[in-house]
Amino acid sequence: MTQPSRQPRKRIILGAYLGGVNHHTVWSAPEADSQIAFSSFRHLAQTVERGKFDFFFLAEGLAIRERLGRFFDQDVVGRPDTLPVLAALAGVTEHLGLIGTINATFNEPYELARQLSSLDHLSDGRAGWNVVTSFDAFTGQNFRRGGFLHRDDRYVRADEFLTVARQLWDSWPEDAIEADKESGRFLRPEHADAGRFAFSGKQFEIAGRFTTPRSPQGRPVVLQAGVSPHGRDFAVARADAIFSPFHRLDEAQEFYRDIQRRAARAGRPPGAVKVLPSASFVLGDTEAEAAERQREIARQQVSGRTAQILLEAVWNRDLSGYDPDGPLPDVEPDVEGPRIIQGRAVIHQDARQTAAEWRELAEAKGFSLRELAIHLFSRTEFVGTPEQVADRLDSFVQNEGSDGFILGSHLTPTGLDEFVDRVIPLLQERGAVRTEYTGTTLREHLGLPST
Amino acid sequence: MTSSHLPPNGSPLLDTPLHLAVALDGAGWHPAAWRESRARPDELTGARYWADLVRTAESGLLDLVTIEDALALQPTVPDGPDDRLDRVRGRLDAVLIASRVAPLTRHIGLIPTATTTHTEPFHVSKAIATLDHVSLGRAGLRAQVSRPVENAHFGRRELGEVSLADPGTPAARAFVAEHFGEAEDFLEVVRRLWDSWEDDAEIRDAATGRFIDRDKLHTVDFQGRWFSVRGPSIVPRPPQGQPPVAVLAHESLPYRLGARQADVVFVTPRDVEQARAIVAEIRAEQSAAGRERDTVHVFADLVVLLADTAEAAQERLARLDERAGAPIASDALVFAGTAAELADTLLAWQRAGLTGYRLRPAVLPDDLDAVVGRLVPELQRRGAFRTAYGEETLRSRLGLPHPANRYATPAG
Repeated sequence: MTQPSRQPRKRIILGAYLGGVNHHTVWSAPEADSQIAFSSFRHLAQTVERGKFDFFFLAEGLAIRERLGRFFDQDVVGRPDTLPVLAALAGVTEHLGLIGTINATFNEPYELARQLSSLDHLSDGRAGWNVVTSFDAFTGQNFRRGGFLHRDDRYVRADEFLTVARQLWDSWPEDAIEADKESGRFLRPEHADAGRFAFSGKQFEIAGRFTTPRSPQGRPVVLQAGVSPHGRDFAVARADAIFSPFHRLDEAQEFYRDIQRRAARAGRPPGAVKVLPSASFVLGDTEAEAAERQREIARQQVSGRTAQILLEAVWNRDLSGYDPDGPLPDVEPDVEGPRIIQGRAVIHQDARQTAAEWRELAEAKGFSLRELAIHLFSRTEFVGTPEQVADRLDSFVQNEGSDGFILGSHLTPTGLDEFVDRVIPLLQERGAVRTEYTGTTLREHLGLPST
Repeated sequence: MTSSHLPPNGSPLLDTPLHLAVALDGAGWHPAAWRESRARPDELTGARYWADLVRTAESGLLDLVTIEDALALQPTVPDGPDDRLDRVRGRLDAVLIASRVAPLTRHIGLIPTATTTHTEPFHVSKAIATLDHVSLGRAGLRAQVSRPVENAHFGRRELGEVSLADPGTPAARAFVAEHFGEAEDFLEVVRRLWDSWEDDAEIRDAATGRFIDRDKLHTVDFQGRWFSVRGPSIVPRPPQGQPPVAVLAHESLPYRLGARQADVVFVTPRDVEQARAIVAEIRAEQSAAGRERDTVHVFADLVVLLADTAEAAQERLARLDERAGAPIASDALVFAGTAAELADTLLAWQRAGLTGYRLRPAVLPDDLDAVVGRLVPELQRRGAFRTAYGEETLRSRLGLPHPANRYATPAG
């Protein structure tokens, strides 16, 4: 394995997520359990805490997906609310960081900042926030402001949101509370106005007193997802870590190095912004067995029907008439019409170009519609024996692909048991992950400076 | 059992069981509570403190705890906060406190306070639904309108300068009417969202590849004066179907909100006669709203301060008042006495038609410990309180049936 000799070995940061509303979760497996019951969340969190993971991670959705005006029914539908689940998990774990994805577009800073600070208090310093933004009018129908935010305004709002949130988190000095029973001073005299704040911007014009004393981490850890140039700048200016989508080492290295350059330009010290791609794995006793298991899982994840729907996100047409085992649709994407799939993040900016690229790929590889969908949407990044997977994860991080991974599985809630039992000991042996927690806060787990 | 312990219809007490709740707030409801020897003023935002309190309440077999909250610092004056140094300041989100203690408890109901004025009904609905999933059917919601001071924290409203120092002014009355009207819509939407999934919507039908029966999910399509919400919720229907909703009410408009939307109304009578009048008003509003067949509990709130003798309780109160610099100002009656005297009062007031009480411990943990260690055994001796937890869910403990889903079509 190649390893930069001058640098000390990097420890792999590990997060875990519970699969939910997407096509990755194989809900029909006999051992698959509830996506909602707290027992599922507890099992996964306690399992990965046993494996000394850094954190548990929750995704978010704020509307039930629809296709042609009807609710999705193929994949997992429904999920619990992020913050109450994380607060409950804080009660059944001791060390694990607890990171929730929460949309800055459909929340207000005063309320959300106090919820995140509350989670940090209630977990003794283990809270984190993955900031996402949206301009989605479909989801907006569930909220007071309704309508939508202009595409360009979402980062203005997110930027102001983070500025206000920091101001609120910093509004209580660490030593504001004296709580001296004898003198009767609850607040120290010099901090009589603890929590005072005022902010005036394009999105928020607010002032007053924040309710929540400074939390153990000062500020919860902030993650950001989004890899556009604007998103990258936002992340290096504001975030402690970036949730990245790049899994191929060359792409991942390019992104990783770009983030380090941007962070340095923004005046952040080296290592201040962690890069964490989501990743999944399949293990086998032999390489061949792992590959066979992966093929099986992929076919369970992407049925013919799911394949049609995944392509509809680009074509914006009803593709139910196309044979999943036949060639790609011979029509062009409909870029003018209203979106037939609602409530799912729009990833493809140029549908026609994407369709052309996919056609080319399918022809070159001889893929059917479903095979293409499996190829595109069901990639499992780390497949092999426990030794091989441990080696590849380590190698990816040592070679500047990332600082670690947010690991998921196709199976709820026991999908990471095998990883914790078989891969973690190998990573521990080579010193790539911790064998004991050495800090108490998420910030300490991640090696981030205190605030 | 003596006749004075019988409810008005003369039936044995256990046929109309007394419901007991405890209201948790900071170091207790007396402003000087945090200075008492067993108080833990530097732990008020710590999980261990809240877990200890709720587990204590559960050890006393209480129906439920409520957890106070607001989107502003604790007020000393109606338009507060001020810059006083001698009062508890700062607190955490109540829904998250309740969620944090849920897995550590098994029986007790958990009713956090949530504000209806600046929050999103979609968010509150899914948060309480999730608390219900996490607690296996023990969640509730206390809906509370905000005070004028909270407006500036959100900046979304132009309501002008309103002072609640004099609640009789036209501006203050308009403010209250506006906020309670909105709260009614808010609760309507929260309840519709809880129904937006039918109980058995998740089918996991591998044969047809369908995870849900999508005909069992429903948009709520609410259009109102203050907001519109489409739905459905992202969270499947909570275990209780509809977690119990509570409101605290001091006058006619809030009584009406309670009668129309709540399962439990907390009220603040000063004596049994006033309790009778309040109950009558709420029952009349309930009929007017077509809910006469629904169970709507009316719990009287009492600040309680207990000791072994009445004199010792009065001395405690005097000492606390002196430390605070003024007698405690409270919307609810302040009861200082023995557990037996409190039991007498609770059972006597029950004849006004009250169905339970929400006791506000003056000092935590002292008065909570006294409620659990003195009052509860006293009530049990008189056959007026449970000796074990029976029902699984908070709704069933409150005698509320599993609610029908407004969107469900009858089978067959």
